[in-house]
Amino acid sequence: MRYVVAAIFLAVFWIALSGHYTPLLLSLGAVSVVVSIWLVYRMDRVDGEPNRLTPSAGLFGYLAWLLWCVIKSNVDVARRIWSPSLPVRPVWARLETEVETPLEKTLYANSITLTPGTLTTDVRDDHFLVHALNQEDIDELRGGEMQRRIRRLGI
Amino acid sequence: MLLLEILSGFCLLVGGFLCVTGGIGLLRLPDFFSRVHAAGLTETLAAPLLLAGIMLQMPWSLDLLKVLFIMILVLATNPTATHAMAKAALHGGQEPQIGNGNGQGETSSKA
Repeated sequence: MRYVVAAIFLAVFWIALSGHYTPLLLSLGAVSVVVSIWLVYRMDRVDGEPNRLTPSAGLFGYLAWLLWCVIKSNVDVARRIWSPSLPVRPVWARLETEVETPLEKTLYANSITLTPGTLTTDVRDDHFLVHALNQEDIDELRGGEMQRRIRRLGI
Repeated sequence: MLLLEILSGFCLLVGGFLCVTGGIGLLRLPDFFSRVHAAGLTETLAAPLLLAGIMLQMPWSLDLLKVLFIMILVLATNPTATHAMAKAALHGGQEPQIGNGNGQGETSSKA
């Protein structure tokens, strides 16, 4: 069933990107969709049922919150770059984490990296190694708001 | 339509300013890892703002959707690319410079 859904999505995506409706191009698109679905089917046999991120209201809420964080830290980093005294004190520190599932870990590590000023350099079982432009950025992560929001998603 | 023009111009201006800021950050910041943060500026907000500025001026068409896809692609690939760069630098023996060179800031704690 989910292969059918995936096929429909792929077809819509292909048509949106192509914008041509001649028989030749449409059949090429159909072939691409079939090949893609076949590859996905084969890969699912290799890794079993992989983790899947299903779109939900909570997820979009989190993304909106993340976007706001990205804007805030962009402003912060830009201010530091332009200020004549260059107030940066890079730190590379251990960040204890409580996220458990691979999907939560991936989302958390990527959210940290996407926010300017913090960068995940390593992901371990119970902690990340995070490089930050300033101690305050690390302290904010240790405050754990981002982690709480991710865990609340229940993915 | 005037409002759209103004919004679009605002996005383009701020996006362009952030691009310049990212470039200046690349030159001013002390080491590789802090420069990555400056590069993040151009990718996480400047590029989406520039694309949004363009989208606001476009007529309704499939191209609008394509620009939106580009924006999502940039945002989705940025953490992966950044992480890969940092990992490669660490693997190559590059150590992050900690503090200002005067002993401030938390010391590194490798595991």
